[in-house]
Amino acid sequence: MATAVTTRQQQQHAAELNVIARKQRSLWKDAWSRLLRNKAAIAGMVVIVFVAVVAILAEINIGGFHFRLAPFDPVTDQNTPKQLMEPIWTKAFGSKFTDPAFVLGSDELGRDILSRLMFGARISLVVGFVPVAIVFVIGATVGMLAGYLGGWVDNLLMRFTDIIYAFPDLLFVIIIVATLRDTGLGQILGGLILIFVGIAVVSWVGLARLMRGQVLSLKHREFVEAARCVGATPIRIMLRHLFPNVLAPIIVSIAFAIPGAMLTEATLSFLGVGIRPPTPTWGAMILEGFIVFSTTPWPVLLPAFCISIVLLAFTFLGDGLRDALDPRMKL
Amino acid sequence: MLRYVIRRLLLIIPTMFFVALITFSLAHLAPGSPFDKNPNRPLPEETIAHLERYFGVDKPIPEQFVIYIGNLLRGDLGASFVQRGRPVADIIGQGIGITAQLGIQALLLALAFSIPLGIVSALKQNTPIDYLSLLIATVGTTIPGFVTAIFLIYIFGVGFHLLPFVGWGSWQHTVMPTFVLALGPGAFLTRITRASMLEAIRQDYVRTARSKGLREQSVIVGHALKNALIPVATIIGPATAGLITGSFIIESLFNIPGIGRFYVLSINQRDYPMIMSTTLLYAFIIMIANLTVDIVYGALDPRIKVS
Amino acid sequence: MAQLLAVTDLHTQFFTRDGVVRAVDGVSFELDQGETLGIVGESGCGKSVTALSLMRLIPQPPGKIVKGSIVFDGADVLKMDDDEVRSIRGNNIAMIFQDPMTSLNPVLTISRQISEALELHLKMDRSESRKRTIELLDLVNIPSAKKRLDDYPHQFSGGMRQRVMIAMALSCNPKMILADEPTTALDVTIQAQILDLLKNLAREFRTAFILITHDLGVVAGMTQRIHVMYAGKIVEKADTGELFANPKMPYTWGLLRSIPRLDEHRKAKLLPIEGLPPDLIAPPPGCRFEPRCQYRRDVCREKEPELKHIPNAKADHEARCWGTQEGGWLVNTDWRREIGDVQVIEEIKKEIADLPPEAKREGDGETPPPDKPKVN
Repeated sequence: MATAVTTRQQQQHAAELNVIARKQRSLWKDAWSRLLRNKAAIAGMVVIVFVAVVAILAEINIGGFHFRLAPFDPVTDQNTPKQLMEPIWTKAFGSKFTDPAFVLGSDELGRDILSRLMFGARISLVVGFVPVAIVFVIGATVGMLAGYLGGWVDNLLMRFTDIIYAFPDLLFVIIIVATLRDTGLGQILGGLILIFVGIAVVSWVGLARLMRGQVLSLKHREFVEAARCVGATPIRIMLRHLFPNVLAPIIVSIAFAIPGAMLTEATLSFLGVGIRPPTPTWGAMILEGFIVFSTTPWPVLLPAFCISIVLLAFTFLGDGLRDALDPRMKL
Repeated sequence: MLRYVIRRLLLIIPTMFFVALITFSLAHLAPGSPFDKNPNRPLPEETIAHLERYFGVDKPIPEQFVIYIGNLLRGDLGASFVQRGRPVADIIGQGIGITAQLGIQALLLALAFSIPLGIVSALKQNTPIDYLSLLIATVGTTIPGFVTAIFLIYIFGVGFHLLPFVGWGSWQHTVMPTFVLALGPGAFLTRITRASMLEAIRQDYVRTARSKGLREQSVIVGHALKNALIPVATIIGPATAGLITGSFIIESLFNIPGIGRFYVLSINQRDYPMIMSTTLLYAFIIMIANLTVDIVYGALDPRIKVS
Repeated sequence: MAQLLAVTDLHTQFFTRDGVVRAVDGVSFELDQGETLGIVGESGCGKSVTALSLMRLIPQPPGKIVKGSIVFDGADVLKMDDDEVRSIRGNNIAMIFQDPMTSLNPVLTISRQISEALELHLKMDRSESRKRTIELLDLVNIPSAKKRLDDYPHQFSGGMRQRVMIAMALSCNPKMILADEPTTALDVTIQAQILDLLKNLAREFRTAFILITHDLGVVAGMTQRIHVMYAGKIVEKADTGELFANPKMPYTWGLLRSIPRLDEHRKAKLLPIEGLPPDLIAPPPGCRFEPRCQYRRDVCREKEPELKHIPNAKADHEARCWGTQEGGWLVNTDWRREIGDVQVIEEIKKEIADLPPEAKREGDGETPPPDKPKVN
């Protein structure tokens, strides 16, 4: 981030002082090269790819092919005499409760923490991507229509956002998830689908509003007028002319929505209204481990560490994308 | 100005109504009775029926809603299902002081460290100080409060026995919860302050101020800072919302008897009157915070005419 | 009259990722007390950077004054410590900036912004400075000045704001005012009013005055002398009358040809200068105008000409051109008739056409940058 920031400001200064700026590249190519220069963003990408690979390889079961990277099954392998083992490196500091089979130790039911973390990564990533994809489709469509067409679509959107904004995000998700837990929807996949719905219902509004604002600011620009003059249909104008131009801020907002969704899931699971046990998720592992926290902190510290690293990775990538795509957004 | 405030205050009423409607509908969408919660010790059927009649939940849902709103307008928040019919107003009254103390301490702490940090960071852009404060701000906005709390409890509570981490009572009990609660909004405020300060010191009028021969200090404080604080003020609204959601988690985690913890409990136990009242209270606080922000905004920026 | 300012061999550079931008590259000039000077050139030629350098207002980093001296009123500005520079800024040298919309602080009242310098440099108290502010606003013809004292900048029009800027510049009776494109951001009708006001006030207060503009038309009636700048260097110096009557540098010719004139023959076409100013990171080795010059010869590419007195001109008329200097091939050229080598013009046009599309700066990209979204 640092280098990108410096040069950008220098260029800006140069431009302000009427000094000729050099080397003009296309917007996207330029953004890409700025992103690649950003060490934190690259580190974030590496972490994300690593976690994704581990999550996928945790267990593959396609047709006859079966492969499991995780040493144990995260749910069924309960090794009762080997409860609350500590990670193997603690042996060097005098811990008597280690077992070479449990690299990161075991939880209060004797389940392997490493395996549960690997499967927990799956939930986190799925929760990061799926609801955000739904949010993108709904939010972008509604925002585009509201901004471009105005009228009742716009009015409805704005009234709806007013109400949603009166709830703190997390509060609304908690109410939805907690109250619908015992319905059929809440039972599917241990409550995973309900979490998707909860996150999507709350967050599409923000994206729609962003999209609407962007479209409003662009729709009277000359290039849109020009397209209209040559007889482009509204759909073509929206897709071919407006959409590419509002994409940059949308991408940035999505890059931040992904860790936001992951955080929501972790928080819900931590509060006990998320995905049902025994499905391993990082938030639930923290909640379960908290009972034995004063005895051994590892069942809590390890998932807490994983959440921190993955969320930071996404944030660094998001920061990098924002710096790269729109130098003027300086937040 | 006064008319604007009154209009905004009146606008709170319909929004509150919709918040109540949505929460009420959602709460009653859940299947089953709120009293058959414990499958291991099921209550006898006539007891459930009696309880349902007592609390009025046997009536059709629209009727229940009308009754609820009617009671609400008379200032009756209803009785808790779970805590043996104890009035909700009592429970909230008992917890709100604690939650408010925690929230205000956290807000003050957040403002006290974020604004100076953001300013210094912007003025020393691209120096180690800037990188450090950016890192703190990024970590603070990214890492969830309960994770930070866990690390802190591990270090200060379990490790060194420096601070208590369960319950509420002495000032030592407030140290960790306040810090954890302040971290998220504070980190966010730091980023906003830094960004808007960077924006401000690049403006033409700052160059004008320098060209008058003002000291750097007067240029920063008298010219740049006043402009930079305008966007910062607008964040106080969202920051309040952040403090509220933060309080659920922090109070649950540290076992603090504030309304945030009661709220999480009541959601788990489907204690509708508690859920309804607390949700409405939160929505009200957030709307008041947003209104305050708009008034402050108008006062700070002469270009905005509040009318 | 006594000399007020002597700039010698000024070099101001910007250190960017792509390299060192030599924004001002060896500029020297003098100014007497009460004298008026125009600095003219295209955008990006270093005029504004020169002005900012005089007050040491170059943002650092990335900018830096690397060489030269700026002797103002007997003392070298570049050797002063920060306190000394501050005591000159706004007090002895004042500056009027290009855009009155952004150059005034939006959250402070007009009176606060004007009286600030009065309280600082002239040690006035609140009521004195307020009284003086009213006088100043009257002076720059702001109607009912007394009532508007506590207004904010957004309550004023662009022309009025520029008047406020002028009042601010005059507040401490400076010995020199730098006006950097003071009328560029204003409507044409307002431009004339502001220029008139500036001229009259400068004369009335005997203030030396440097007017920086890209528009030769603006300086015509305003200043005693004109310096033409190109790519970080002064390329021609002359009295205003002499410069218009007898210009001696093909770049100046180009500038003059691109001014629309009502009193010209209808046949005379507006001839723009083809091409773009050179890259100031790696400027051409010879004459900096050579790549765009229709009169060029091989020598122009090989060696850089000096700023020298030229034949067939007044004594203090200097130009930086091989062609018009002693023994050059342009000494007797009438710039109005001979527009240069047709073949060279075609060559230049072809070179421009061959440039990669990215190099043709701003304005022709079909993708406008996305607007700043609300982030919260």
